[in-house]
Amino acid sequence: MEVAGEVLQSGSSQELHVLAVDDSYVDRKVIEKLLKISSCKVTAVESGARALQFLGLDGGKGSLGFNGLKVNLIMTDYSMPGMTGYELLKKIKRSSAFREIPVVIMSSENILTRIDSCLEEGAEEFLVKPVKLSDVKRLTKDCVTRGETEGKDGRRVNKRKLEDDNHSSSSSTSSSPSTTASFGCSLDPSELITSPLHSSKRAKLRDRD
Amino acid sequence: MNIVNQLQRQFIDFSTSLHREGFVDDQFTQLQKLQDENSPDFVVEVVSLFFEDCEKLINNMARALEQTQGVDFKQVDASVHQLKGSSSSIGAMRVKNACIAFRSFCEAQNREGCLRCLQQVTHEYSLLKNKLQTLFTLEQQILAAGGSIPVVD
Repeated sequence: MEVAGEVLQSGSSQELHVLAVDDSYVDRKVIEKLLKISSCKVTAVESGARALQFLGLDGGKGSLGFNGLKVNLIMTDYSMPGMTGYELLKKIKRSSAFREIPVVIMSSENILTRIDSCLEEGAEEFLVKPVKLSDVKRLTKDCVTRGETEGKDGRRVNKRKLEDDNHSSSSSTSSSPSTTASFGCSLDPSELITSPLHSSKRAKLRDRD
Repeated sequence: MNIVNQLQRQFIDFSTSLHREGFVDDQFTQLQKLQDENSPDFVVEVVSLFFEDCEKLINNMARALEQTQGVDFKQVDASVHQLKGSSSSIGAMRVKNACIAFRSFCEAQNREGCLRCLQQVTHEYSLLKNKLQTLFTLEQQILAAGGSIPVVD
């Protein structure tokens, strides 16, 4: 990510560019709005296949197919016809060009095994729908911080860093029902906690139904 | 009380009743808060998309349940799941709850139960449509009278 040292201002050319993937038109419209309010550029597509196409990963156009607008974050729905968000996640994480892009999974169902598989495959977070503005603001803020601290040493070592107190700093009246292996980008690799992941995740899950 | 205040009072009362009666939940309020001068019709647009979605999905469910050779419950469930998702996204609580009940009948492969649920979902959808149309009309009246739409938390 190229934003080391620069503070992102809204409206500036250094806005985060987020690729949102969801087969529901309603959800795309909502996530687009949430992201725009959080000062991001948004590209919203309806399927995993379209997302790969946009990224230039579909093999059809070759590396020149990528439209040049760098993607800083991908937010994808889990349940989609054709390619699920999980499958999309795997494809992205297995690509050398795009594996560093944080991928957030959104789902209306908080199934523990599903959450675990996504986090195992390298998802940054698993958000339970409906997604709130506070979730998006927190995510995009973390993304910015991550860009600033990544700088020279490049790759983050492990995506499953725990930062339980993330939510105490988010605004809003109701707590975010997300499950997070947070960005925790300003952590030193030596501070990594890779387990116990499960107990803290469960504590944060809220039953939406 | 001048006309703007009267209309605003009506709006607040109506909004409150929508929440109290469970037609909408906090997610709807969240959407209203997202509306700004850049997108003054945001809520109306999203709600319209939702209603289009409703109609399409309800038709899909009806068709699938009509199959005399054997109902594909997975197909019905897929549509219910989608409707549950979008109703949740806009805060259409009663529609969402009707979908939740519907899914268990799909799982049980109970055609009669599904048909009853389909009726319920259709009913909730048309109730909500009327309610929201009233709400949007009130908003327009307030704006036309030169007032601003109150934020109801």
